[in-house]
Parts: sequence; structure tokens; C-alpha cells
Amino acid sequence: MTSTQSKNSPMLAYLYVGPALFIMAIVVLYPFLYNVILSFSNMNLTHFRDWHLIGLKNYLNVIEDTKFWYFLYKTILWTVLNLFFHVGIGVFLALLLNRDIRGKTFYRTLLILPWAVPQYITALTWRGMFNSQYGAVNLILEKFFHIQIAWLSTEWGAFTACLITNIWLGFPFMMIITLGGLQSIPGELYEAADIDGASSWQKFKNITAPLLKPVMVPAIILGVIWTFNNFNVVWLVSNGGEPSDTTHILVSWVYKAAFTYFRMGYAAAFSMVIFVLLLMFSWRFIKKTRVTENVYG
Amino acid sequence: MANSRNLSIKGKIGTHLFLLIFSVFAIYPILRVVSISLRPGNRLLSRSLSLIPPNATWDSYIRLFTREPFLQWMGNSLFISLIVMFVGVALAATAGYAFSRYKFRGRNSSMLAIITTQMFPVTMLLLPLFIVLIALHLYDSYVGLIIAYSATALPFTIWQMKGYYDTIPYSLEEAAMIDGASPAYSFYKIILPLALPALVITALFAFMTAWSEYLVAAVLLQDTRLFTLPLGLKRFQANMEVAWGLYSAGAVLVSIPVVVLFMFLSRWLISGLTLGSVKG
Repeated sequence: MTSTQSKNSPMLAYLYVGPALFIMAIVVLYPFLYNVILSFSNMNLTHFRDWHLIGLKNYLNVIEDTKFWYFLYKTILWTVLNLFFHVGIGVFLALLLNRDIRGKTFYRTLLILPWAVPQYITALTWRGMFNSQYGAVNLILEKFFHIQIAWLSTEWGAFTACLITNIWLGFPFMMIITLGGLQSIPGELYEAADIDGASSWQKFKNITAPLLKPVMVPAIILGVIWTFNNFNVVWLVSNGGEPSDTTHILVSWVYKAAFTYFRMGYAAAFSMVIFVLLLMFSWRFIKKTRVTENVYG
Repeated sequence: MANSRNLSIKGKIGTHLFLLIFSVFAIYPILRVVSISLRPGNRLLSRSLSLIPPNATWDSYIRLFTREPFLQWMGNSLFISLIVMFVGVALAATAGYAFSRYKFRGRNSSMLAIITTQMFPVTMLLLPLFIVLIALHLYDSYVGLIIAYSATALPFTIWQMKGYYDTIPYSLEEAAMIDGASPAYSFYKIILPLALPALVITALFAFMTAWSEYLVAAVLLQDTRLFTLPLGLKRFQANMEVAWGLYSAGAVLVSIPVVVLFMFLSRWLISGLTLGSVKG
């Protein structure tokens, strides 16, 4: 659009970007490099000060452990299911809220509440609600359907409990993003479609969905990353992996290895593996969708 | 909106029905916390489903303020969160602007690097932090906490600001520059005021990051007098049978300011939060 823009003082650009990058570098760069070194070392509780490098041994330990593959499978399942429900419910509710009905503001306010309350509070609250005797979920199930589910004491019960909690936590974000995206779609497009006699589904498929894509793609990338690494919900709802360390995703398992068993080197290598997995996924996605470009880029 | 003008009665009822069902799903757990916070001490483990408990009492709240250091924790959290908010807004507003408006070496790679930081699992940063702190005996300082929180909030807020600036036409700055305004002047006096909705969201997000963070604080702070609210509340939760009521009352008090802020800001959320929207 303008060639003057790129000419005028890149110094100013560096001045604007510099402080933010600097503060992120302190917090991220040093620990990252430290973590890389740790991942090749034998540091653990017995070798805390006299640790030395042991090569790729930690990495081999990680990928040879069947638990790694099992938790990887669980993490992928966790991420896919969460994103499916977050985006599905979020888009559905946004489309409803975008209709011309009364009480829109009222519904919108109620529906973003799960996002507004701090995560650790809601996670612990849901844990209470899944309590098999006193929890609201079972009390309601018992009253209306006469069934009781052992949520937190079975492997897949606990997984489902974490999933429900996180779906509840995550759909408002996607709803708000979609609602924002919907505002930028010109109404004339729908009018033109109406004249052509398009059905609601055709309008959604050919107008709404493609025009929402630019807004949804970055949100979905971030959503995948945040969900894949969502330590809080899994850890707090399952109380650190209960029953007997089965309810884990990769991040919560590595946290346990690091801070309960103090296997520092192993945990560092494990963290690297998680990071590389996410990196490969996201960079492909980002490159394909070109979200980093600016208006003038 | 255009696709809804001829919404049938049936369609309207259906819309309300679905919105109502999801609204109940959204607020029920929150009402549940409020309800537990009002229960008298001997009925904490009740099997009742009623939202207003019999013999409702403010005991838990009173105890929180008189017998527990709750006010102190709140002060600590407020202090940290406000600083993080100011740092976050200042840095994200400027960095986002540069990413949106300037072409410079390392622009694309910086933007990728920023989002890459989101991919680190918690342990990757906590583990070195933990080891260094043990080695240096450097517990109980807010400086580290404030820097860590600011860095955590920045990636999302920078991308968010950049996306919003992208929607403001460049012709505004051009016109100002023809009138002789410097680039810095046109940024501060013309663009920044226009980006107010995005700035508000950035402020909220940065504040929330610090207000509700638990893990880093748990590693850094040992002294109960320095605790932030999440640490304090988790302490009650550790002893759930006894402190369920205290925990719930605390949770309500922690959430109220954020919820009120969200309600107040939700108008802007709609127009502003469209994340780095892509042009062309």
C-alpha cells in the first residue's frame, strides 16, 4: 500500500519492539537454554550438585517408556475433543447470539462467566462437584436418572470429569472470538443470498464459515497449544493424576516427574519432546495460514 | 443479523431455549460456590441441592477477614497485578504497533518466536527457575514474579494489539504526517486513542494473568505473609473437610472484581477481540 512506511526509521520499530522482546527473553531464553543442558544431564535428587552430561540417555528413556506413548495418545484425544467442543459450542452460541432476539446482552453476560472466574477456582470447584457422594453432578444424576457414576476413582471417569470441566472453561473464549468475527461480515452478502433463495445451511457454509476463517484460525492454533499444555485443569481436577497416576496428559505427567520424583534430567528431556511436538504442528499450521503477515507485509 | 430478520416464532423459541440451557450450564457451578460459602460450618458436606442453604450465614466471610490473612493476600495480589497490567499495556501497545505498521529485519521471525514461547510446557520454565532459586537462596521476591507474569501475558496481548491496529486505516497516519506530525506523535495522539478497546482488553488480560496465577507463585513464594490470593486459597483447599466454606467464600471474593470488570467490558470484547485478523 505505501512504500514510505518501510523507509521511515526502522529504529523506531526496534525501539517499540525491543522492551517486550527483552523481557520475554529474560524469562524464556535463559530457562530454555538451561533446560536444554539439563535434558542431557543426569540431574536428580541424588545427583543435585554433582551432575554431569550423559548424552541422549534421557531422551531414550522418554521414548522407550510405554507411558509416554500412552499419555501422548491421551493428550491428543484430550486436545481434539476439547477443541471440537470449544469451537462447536462457541460457534453455535455465537450464531444464536447474533440473531435478532431479546435479552442478547443478558445471555452474553451469563455465557462468558466461566471465562471470567479464575481457572484454579473453577477447576477446584468442579472437583468438588464430581465428588461421588456430596458432589452436585451425582446428586443431579441420581435425582433425575437414578444413576451414580464413580467420576474421580476410575481412569476414564476422571478423564471425562477433566474434559467436562475444560469444555465448560473454554467455550466462552471461542464464542467471543466468533462473535467478534461475525460483526465484520457485511449484511449485504446474506441479502444477496436470500434473493438467490439460499437455505440457512448454504448461507452458513458459503458465507459465514469462509469469512470467519481468518479470525478463527489464530484462535484455534492458540487453543490447540493452550489445551495441549493445559496443566491446571487436569492436575487440579484429578488431584495430581488420581487414580494412581492414570489421569495425566503429557504436561501433568512431566510435572510429577520433576516436582514429586525430582527426576530433573528426565523431566527436562520430556519437556523438550513436548515442545518439539507442538512446534512442528504449529509452524506448519502458521505457515499454511500466513497469520504473521501484516497489512503491508 | 441480516439472516435473522425473518426469524419464525419457532426459531425464536428454539434460540431462547438453547441459550437458556447453556446459560444454566455456565452459571450453575458458580452459583454452587456461592451457595457453599453461605453454609453454616456443620453442614458443609451436605447432600442438599438447594442454592440458598438453610440457616445461611456469613460466618465464612467474617472468619476470612478477621481470623485469616485474607486482606493481606488480596493487597499483595492487587499490587502485583496492577504493576503487571501497566507493564503489559505499555509493552504490548508499542510492540503490537511496530508489528502492524513497520517492515523491519526479524519482524516475521520475532512474531513466530513470540508464539513459540506459548508452546513451552510449564515445567520447561519452572524447572530451571526452581533449580536456580534453590542455588541462589532467592525466595520470596516480587520482582521475579512481576517479570515472569509480564512475559506470560505479552504473547497474546501483542498479537491481539497487532490485529487491532491492522484494522485501523493507515491513511490516518499519512494525513497526520503530511501535516508535519512525527511518526511517534501520530502513534500516541491518533492511533492509540483509536485502539482504546484493544488496550482495555490487553489491560484486562494482563491483570488476569497475574491475579489468577498459581504455579510460579507456588515455586517463588514461601512466606505466608507474601502469598498471593491463589496460594492462600489453595491452602484452604488442602484441608477441604474443614475449610470448604472458607475456600468458597474466598473464591467468591476473588472472582467478584474480575466478573464485574468482564461484564463492564463485554461490549468492547465483541468489537475488539478479533485476534490478529488477517488482511488480504
